[in-house]
Amino acid sequence: MRATDSAGLGRGRALAFVAPALVLIGIFLVFPALWSIYIGLTDYALTGPSSVNPRLVGTGNITGALSDPLFGNSLWLTLLFVFGSALIGQNVLGFTLAWSLRGARRGLRRLVEGLVLLAWILPSTVVAYLWVAVLDRDGGTLNALLNTPGTAWLVQYPMASLIVFNLWRGTAFSMLLYSSALNVVPPSQLETARMVGAGRFSTLKDVVFPHIRGHVLTNTLLISLWTANDFTPFLLTSGGPDHRSETLPVFIYQQALGSGALGYASAISLLLLLVNLVIALVYLRLLRRRG
Amino acid sequence: MTTTLVLRRIGYSAFFAVILAFFAIPMLWLASAPFDSRPGLGLRWPDWTLDNVAATFDHPYALTSLVNSLVLCGLAMVVTTVLAACAAYALSRVRIPGRDVLLYVLLLLSSVVTGTAAMVPIFVMMYQLGLINSQYGTALVIAGGMLPAAIFILKDFVDAVPRSYEESARVFGASPRQILLHVVLPIARPGIATIVVWSFVQAWGNFLLPFLLLRDITSQPAAVLMRTLYDEGGSANLTVIPVFSLLYSIPVVVLYLFVSRRYGFRFHGGIKS
Amino acid sequence: MAQIKTAGLSTVYPNGVRAVDALDLEIADGEFFALLGPSGCGKTTLLRTIAGLEQASEGTVTIGDKDMTATDPGRRKVAMVFQDYALFPHMTVAENIAYPLKVRRHPKPRQREVAERTAASLSLGGLLERRPGQLSGGQQQRVALARAVAVDADVLLLDEPLSNLDARLRLEARTFLKRLQKELGITTVFVTHDQAEALALADRIAVMESGRIRQLGTPREVFGRPADTFVANFIGSTPMNLLDGTVTDRGLAVAGAILPSPTDLPDNTMVTVGVRPEYLALEPGGQGITGTVSTVENLGVSSLVTLECPDGSLLGLTVREQHEPAIGSEVTAAPDPGRVLLYDKESGALLSS
Repeated sequence: MRATDSAGLGRGRALAFVAPALVLIGIFLVFPALWSIYIGLTDYALTGPSSVNPRLVGTGNITGALSDPLFGNSLWLTLLFVFGSALIGQNVLGFTLAWSLRGARRGLRRLVEGLVLLAWILPSTVVAYLWVAVLDRDGGTLNALLNTPGTAWLVQYPMASLIVFNLWRGTAFSMLLYSSALNVVPPSQLETARMVGAGRFSTLKDVVFPHIRGHVLTNTLLISLWTANDFTPFLLTSGGPDHRSETLPVFIYQQALGSGALGYASAISLLLLLVNLVIALVYLRLLRRRG
Repeated sequence: MTTTLVLRRIGYSAFFAVILAFFAIPMLWLASAPFDSRPGLGLRWPDWTLDNVAATFDHPYALTSLVNSLVLCGLAMVVTTVLAACAAYALSRVRIPGRDVLLYVLLLLSSVVTGTAAMVPIFVMMYQLGLINSQYGTALVIAGGMLPAAIFILKDFVDAVPRSYEESARVFGASPRQILLHVVLPIARPGIATIVVWSFVQAWGNFLLPFLLLRDITSQPAAVLMRTLYDEGGSANLTVIPVFSLLYSIPVVVLYLFVSRRYGFRFHGGIKS
Repeated sequence: MAQIKTAGLSTVYPNGVRAVDALDLEIADGEFFALLGPSGCGKTTLLRTIAGLEQASEGTVTIGDKDMTATDPGRRKVAMVFQDYALFPHMTVAENIAYPLKVRRHPKPRQREVAERTAASLSLGGLLERRPGQLSGGQQQRVALARAVAVDADVLLLDEPLSNLDARLRLEARTFLKRLQKELGITTVFVTHDQAEALALADRIAVMESGRIRQLGTPREVFGRPADTFVANFIGSTPMNLLDGTVTDRGLAVAGAILPSPTDLPDNTMVTVGVRPEYLALEPGGQGITGTVSTVENLGVSSLVTLECPDGSLLGLTVREQHEPAIGSEVTAAPDPGRVLLYDKESGALLSS
């Protein structure tokens, strides 16, 4: 049969074009995701007898996790991290920046946007070290600024430090998304609100918010997903001290490579995969309804 | 009236002053410490010198790790760009059976299977395949992770190219190969450049996968060496770290500037960086 | 040079829409042929099926003497100008024009020579090194034409060639196009939704609707004797008057008047009476349709006058400038002899006289 597509490619060649990408995705994304189900059902370990001959333990890993205080701890810390730095922090700061920069002078606008973006694009190991330096007990800039010599922020307030760090690191996305969302609000409607003398709050609530509701939801879902999966906390605190900043990704790493409990870590990853799946499904649903 | 106006102005300026300080202060160190004769963790006006640069070049692993990064990211970038471009083009232009389902699944995969969620099976797989410490293996893993998103960004670009270009070439007798070389590739160039930069930057910053899969310091990229440098038993090497972080950061910033200058900053909702 | 023939040609889309429905059509060698119809009527699909960009589901396409139904577009010896011109943005005007030769691997100097010659003949001489983005709409259109005629194709296909130009430029380009086609003498099929364009350019017009041809004829035939009420409605810059009428023994009863009956239909046949505003004239005291002048619209050299007839129907007629009747006055409009058409009330088909 003659090719009917615009380029005359034909189905056979099209499949050949798609296949290599699918093979790579299959091997390095689909297979690991599915395999983690199996590993999660075993007591597979990095060393010792279970590394050679893993036994099936069924739901043993799951029940083990439910009674593991460290797992409960890391689940709670992850929620705190997502809620504090993404849901509230990046969302609010990102919107505030986008909103207040609309009327700002060009120079100021470019400076602020540039700095916020820079915090986002620098490699994670570098920004982690920048913050280790700022928060350092002895020579850190924060102690010098606040005149609180000897405060070891990452030791005394590990979770708060991580939340502020992630606010700094990730606000750029929310800012960009909200600035493009605010462009959708018709200026005539804002002018109408001003003509009838609406206050700033009621303008936001009645004119701006209805236009960007979809963006708020999109933004919230995406930054929550990324924050929950963020491995950068490991670079700042390695989960310490005493598990006080051990979010799920760090917990999984410590269990898998620290303690060598690959089966157990895999079962926990499965949980993370499921949460991701739920968030992604909701997100795609939204996209579809809007598109 | 005027009082509220003045107060508002003050509030506005104070807000931006705080924001600027919050975002700038951690980064200033990156500008000052590399050129300070006695670099510390705190911020201070540097006592200018280039000795740290020389010390960094003498470090046994600093330059190797940057070369490793180039190899790793170059490979991951080429694989991602070529495979994603082929797949995106075919998916955009040809109604392959099951295309819509495939696209949906790809979109799901791009956000669900993150490096953190899949680190255990990926580690176990590469371990059993004997590919721990293999740069090629690690590059492929990174490419596999970036492919779904790359396909989506590129498909957006290709979808925006009118089909009449190809049809026109086709009516004039061009073969599929000629259409690709003469028409599609040149027109899709901005999209391809975006993916080249995007995938390179993503791979350049990726810490977790090389950290898991490259345990030997001679094959580690800059992302991992950076961590090793400041985690060496608490005695961070402060002559090397600042210059090294700067060297390691510069390519990312330059590439971003290049893309936003050349093609305008295109915002791809849902895709990080 | 070649004639085009389609036999029982259907193009069905995967969603089941029959965009082209069992079409038999013959386009003569050297003819300038228009496919005219509202959007979605299948005219562009027919053009693309002739080009080979759409696959025929049934029937055949013959170009010259060869059955081309299963032939690749590139081997049909057709050239096509797309609605958006599809000029390659990364190539200069010269490279665009010479692209068909590049595909055929002609040597570079030959490509250049043909590009220069073709460009000169389409008054694009000074623009060879520009890129499409630096050209005006009219220039882009001519580059697209130049690229199409740079190789000796048997057939030239044009998809809405003038629709991307603004109104004034369109007239200029129309004249240019007609002259070019006559000079080249190439069989040309063009698609348009603009009836004025089809009337002005084409030797013959096929008026299409829902994948079928409603009327095939010269511009004069299509304008003067529309084959059915659909065509009657579609052709003409001012719409044709279509009024309910009855054939009686005294003549044709329409809008409260009696006109001489143009046919010998049986009495009491209900018909639709069609008469163009251009074929009606004010005739004080003559035999015609009487009504009150309700609006007068200035069309430039003439005016469109709308009469409200006693039975409530509206009748439009054009009068020369400065001959407009006063609004509210009662006037009588008489049709030119032989210009009253009767259509079947049910099917809308023309009842031959």
